[in-house]
Amino acid sequence: MNAHTNPSGMNLSSSRDDGIAVGDELLSVDNVTLRFGGVTAIEDISFDIRKGEVRAIIGPNGAGKTSMLNVINGFYHPQEGTIRFRGETRTKMKPYEAAASGIARTFQNVALFTGMSTLDNIMSGRSLKMNKNFITQMFYYGPARDEEIQHRRRVEEIIDFLEIAHIRRQPVGKLPYGLQKRVELGRALALEPDLLLLDEPMAGMNLEEKEDMSRFIIDVNQQFGTTIALIEHDMGVVMDLADRVVVLDYGKKIADGIPEDVQASQEVIDAYLGVPH
Amino acid sequence: MFYREAGQFKTNYKADQAIFPILQDRIGLGIILLIAAIVLPLFGNDFFLNSIMIPFLIFSLAAIGLNILTGYCGQLSLGTGAFMGVGAYSCYKLVTIFPDVNILIHVLLSGFFAAAVGCVFGLPSLRIKGLYLAITTLAAQFFLEWAFIRTAWLYNYNDSGAIEVPTKTFFGLAVTGASASPTTRYFVVLAIVVVLTWVASNVIRGRIGRSWMMIRDMDIAAELMGIKPFNAKLSAFAMSSYYCGVAGALMVFMWLGAAEVESFNINVSFQILFMVIIGGMGSLIGCFMGAALIFILPITIRAAPELFGLNIGAATAEHITQLIIGSLIILFLIVEPHGLARLWQIAKEKLRNWPFPYG
Repeated sequence: MNAHTNPSGMNLSSSRDDGIAVGDELLSVDNVTLRFGGVTAIEDISFDIRKGEVRAIIGPNGAGKTSMLNVINGFYHPQEGTIRFRGETRTKMKPYEAAASGIARTFQNVALFTGMSTLDNIMSGRSLKMNKNFITQMFYYGPARDEEIQHRRRVEEIIDFLEIAHIRRQPVGKLPYGLQKRVELGRALALEPDLLLLDEPMAGMNLEEKEDMSRFIIDVNQQFGTTIALIEHDMGVVMDLADRVVVLDYGKKIADGIPEDVQASQEVIDAYLGVPH
Repeated sequence: MFYREAGQFKTNYKADQAIFPILQDRIGLGIILLIAAIVLPLFGNDFFLNSIMIPFLIFSLAAIGLNILTGYCGQLSLGTGAFMGVGAYSCYKLVTIFPDVNILIHVLLSGFFAAAVGCVFGLPSLRIKGLYLAITTLAAQFFLEWAFIRTAWLYNYNDSGAIEVPTKTFFGLAVTGASASPTTRYFVVLAIVVVLTWVASNVIRGRIGRSWMMIRDMDIAAELMGIKPFNAKLSAFAMSSYYCGVAGALMVFMWLGAAEVESFNINVSFQILFMVIIGGMGSLIGCFMGAALIFILPITIRAAPELFGLNIGAATAEHITQLIIGSLIILFLIVEPHGLARLWQIAKEKLRNWPFPYG
């Protein structure tokens, strides 16, 4: 897709110049196996995510999609296999290290900071970019305030982009579900990630909300050039948004490719519809 | 009507991010500070300052300490009393070892010892949460109480086992000990509490405070935003214990004059926890409200029958006080489980729109 076009004049794209051209491999998962005791959640899966693309991970319930995301951002450590991000092979990585390396994420069940306002939730995404020390924080007026305001500007840009200015001051716990999902996307965007993982961004939404969310995802991808990996059950959405799709079933990869090919794959059809035994 | 923000436009983020963006709030705060700094010391008698205002401020400070940990960072602690004790004993030892250094510096330094101890006992919070963490802080409470009794060095091998505050002066004015006037001590306590409250509010609204609240609300998501749980939780434990430690030092040096281990027992921990819960978790003004309800109200109720010329006897008055306070606590928790601070906030919201139901 045409990354790095920026009609709004807003610059939230990753400032990291990592030397990876659009279309080259950003993240690659190589022969990853993840077990919980006797249960194998992911079995010998390999795929890659290219810079600037929208990569969908689909599959029936329990296929290991969310586990895959959890492996990518460091919640789970696979027993076998490696993950290479921006050309570096990662050893055991903590979630906060994944965040620092440029991976942001939203959750299937909204995981917002319910006691905080929309503004604070999105500000919390800027934590990594703030570095004023404790002493300056104690006195606030001065460097700490300057930093706060500088990041507030960025956060307001995200708020404008996601059209949530009217709920800026509201505690997120009381917001309707669709808006919560949107705030969560905003919080992930505040990290200015290279790779954005979206775990069912449209689950439980009505058509209008899905259309809004799709629009935001496309805008994020095209305007900011953010690489996106998303899990989604709505096939219409997946086939429209994704550049490439990887299909999991029972922890195994059964298909990988452009939407048209995946749709035509007999194995995928069998996984979704079942086969006579 | 009179509490309106209409016409108060914010044209920059600086103004928008102020602690009190509404003019009326700033005026209100100014009036409260004015009353606290001028009216009360001018018109309050010694009993009022010594037995009500000084301990009220000290308990508020301890409640702020616990609120940082429990209300803002979500780590339940039952060791507040012990952390106050660490502050008190270290202040006592500092005064013994460096008698020439100003007492105020000792009070502020003693908090650092409490912070260090708090960090050590905060380590379990990296593994366990909620009530289980409360149990480990309970262990801190009992262990430290034991340590205070067993370590005679802490109370200078005093036969009574108590720490007694020597008279210390500040610019020739006695601030501690028997000869210090309540007014002087009140000003010292007020100054420290006001400054530390201001510092707490600054830290809370910045990056560090936000990282605490992130851990409190959703620790998994916080990690994904790049927060290291180790840093966030231990900084909360450190700052919380610092405040408790300073409160403990103030309690002995500015209020009690002498103290034993019993002054820092589990009851104190619970009392402070109640102040935080009833005042409002995650609210600084709630700390003062909670301290007022738990500490000042009983004294007022106890004194009320005498004021009206009723003679019901001390024991009866005490029982009635406990009944009233108990039912008030239940009432407030039913009306608003989020504490007095939330009630105050709701009242302000209503006042903003009054006489209309919606804004």
